[in-house]
Amino acid sequence: MKIKRKLTEFLVNSLMVLSTLFVVGCLLLILGTVIRRGLPALDLAMLTQIPQGGYYLGKEGGILNAILGSLCLAGGATVFSILFSLPVSIYLQLYPSSPTTRNWIHLSLDVLWGIPSIVYGAFGFSLMLFLGMRASLLGGIIVLALLEFPIMVRGMEEAIHMIPVELIESSYALGATRLETSLRVVIKQAFPGLVTAVLLATGRAIGDAASVLFTSGYTDQLPYSLLRPAASLPLAIFFQLNTPFPAVQDRAYAAALVLTVIVLGLSIISRLLSARFNKNIIR
Amino acid sequence: MKPVKIILLPWIGKKQKPASRDLVRRTRSSRDRASRVSMRILAVFTGVLVPAFVIILFLRARPILESHSLLTLLFSSSWRPTQGEFGFLPFITGTLAVTMVAMIIGVPPSLLTAIYLAEYLHPRIRSLLMPIIDLLAGIPSVIYGIWGVLTIVPFIQHTLMPAVNGWLGFSPLFRATNPTGYGVLAGGIVLAVMVFPIIIAVAEEVIRTVPLGLREASWALGASKWETTSRVVLRKSFPGVMAAVLLGFSRAFGETMAVLMVVGNVAQVPRSIFDPAYPLTALIANSYGEMMSIPLYDAALMGAALILLLVVILFNLASRLVLERIKYS
Repeated sequence: MKIKRKLTEFLVNSLMVLSTLFVVGCLLLILGTVIRRGLPALDLAMLTQIPQGGYYLGKEGGILNAILGSLCLAGGATVFSILFSLPVSIYLQLYPSSPTTRNWIHLSLDVLWGIPSIVYGAFGFSLMLFLGMRASLLGGIIVLALLEFPIMVRGMEEAIHMIPVELIESSYALGATRLETSLRVVIKQAFPGLVTAVLLATGRAIGDAASVLFTSGYTDQLPYSLLRPAASLPLAIFFQLNTPFPAVQDRAYAAALVLTVIVLGLSIISRLLSARFNKNIIR
Repeated sequence: MKPVKIILLPWIGKKQKPASRDLVRRTRSSRDRASRVSMRILAVFTGVLVPAFVIILFLRARPILESHSLLTLLFSSSWRPTQGEFGFLPFITGTLAVTMVAMIIGVPPSLLTAIYLAEYLHPRIRSLLMPIIDLLAGIPSVIYGIWGVLTIVPFIQHTLMPAVNGWLGFSPLFRATNPTGYGVLAGGIVLAVMVFPIIIAVAEEVIRTVPLGLREASWALGASKWETTSRVVLRKSFPGVMAAVLLGFSRAFGETMAVLMVVGNVAQVPRSIFDPAYPLTALIANSYGEMMSIPLYDAALMGAALILLLVVILFNLASRLVLERIKYS
């Protein structure tokens, strides 16, 4: 009996260690694959040129259009989304509203968080048809802003929730209105958390392909107008991988490496920033 | 500037003082009120966003719902958009097959990892491992797709398929029907890795909410660590763990790019795990080019998006309601 229990314990324990190693190993395997295949194909021309004639047959050129396009799309979407999500998260955390309303909004945010990005794309596409818009940078920005919105609100609410109530109450006690408290105490105190939420959502937006497929289209030109189509990195990877030429496929791996570096870089920067800002916070 | 001066130096312009102080107070409070109203409008806007999704997609999909009966749409397997035949069965079964395979492969390791992180590991090591799992959640789905194409597909083609076919080929489910590695299994494996971080993060949090007292009571009765975990902690947190699995399911259900790249994209009902499939999401993403040129095609695709949306909403609502109840109990 005792041996059986010991054996079960050992067996389960090793299974759990194995699966944890497996999960972590998958991450390393993915990063390893992208670096191993992407690094040899990466050169300066890839990063500084736009596709020349015959690029998709293996001739020279680069993916600057996709890199800049992705940065414009995600940057614009992030700015848009902050304008909406900051007030909403402050409202949900600080302002009195009926529990029913609050629950409804939270549930709605959770559902929004779970909606697949292809459905965001289809929704954005339908919306643009109603408004008479064509595939454009602006359309992509709007859809990505919608996609970022629930992610941002969730992170921001968490950050605001961490502020000690006493701090907010002392601001009220000094006669500050809710607006003044939000602007001068809450935002300042929650700043690291807010930045983390923003960067997290930006990383998600940069990597998303399915939603911009319908809404911002693809072009070989640099993004210079809000009303023109814009390229994006994930789509550049996807299209280049679908060509039958190995030289072009290699460039897809290089583009994948660029995308991975940007996304992981954002994630790491947000961690470092939040550790750094945390020093100035009253606890 | 002026009102502030008056407050600081009350002896200047004594006659104006009460009025100006009042003015300051009034601007401050009216600003507060204005901001409150606009924030409220934004918050309510958030609340109506999901119904707006459903309504707009429904409006776009209405032409096809009017011209075809729902039964034909859902259960016919002939997909010929140019002839006006829109049977979603191959795509629905494709989505279900890929998602099922992903769950069968993905759920056991993620639950074991979640239990290990929550119950067995020292908090300090856990706080080192959680960011790594977050990193896994942040990787874009195209990268998962590339990984699938470069690693999983050749692995299936050269190693897994011959082996499985040799052992289990008598059953049609495991027969090697497809010379390439692109198919249901490849999609399932890639999706399984994609749902790891979601299931692990939610399940770990739920398991940690089980009060310590319950564990201590079990230890006091002489139960071992695993006996306590399996019979007390997991039983108590079962609904929450199920909710985590459901969330993972709905993520896998709606995933597009990674699946699209490895699943083969042939419009047929898959019979073997090596068969190519064509999930709903891949259908929508692949047809964006031609959909405006064939009548009813765009309505059919928006209908597909509507199906996805409704299923995901249902699953999300179910799991959120369970998780909310755990949070407040």
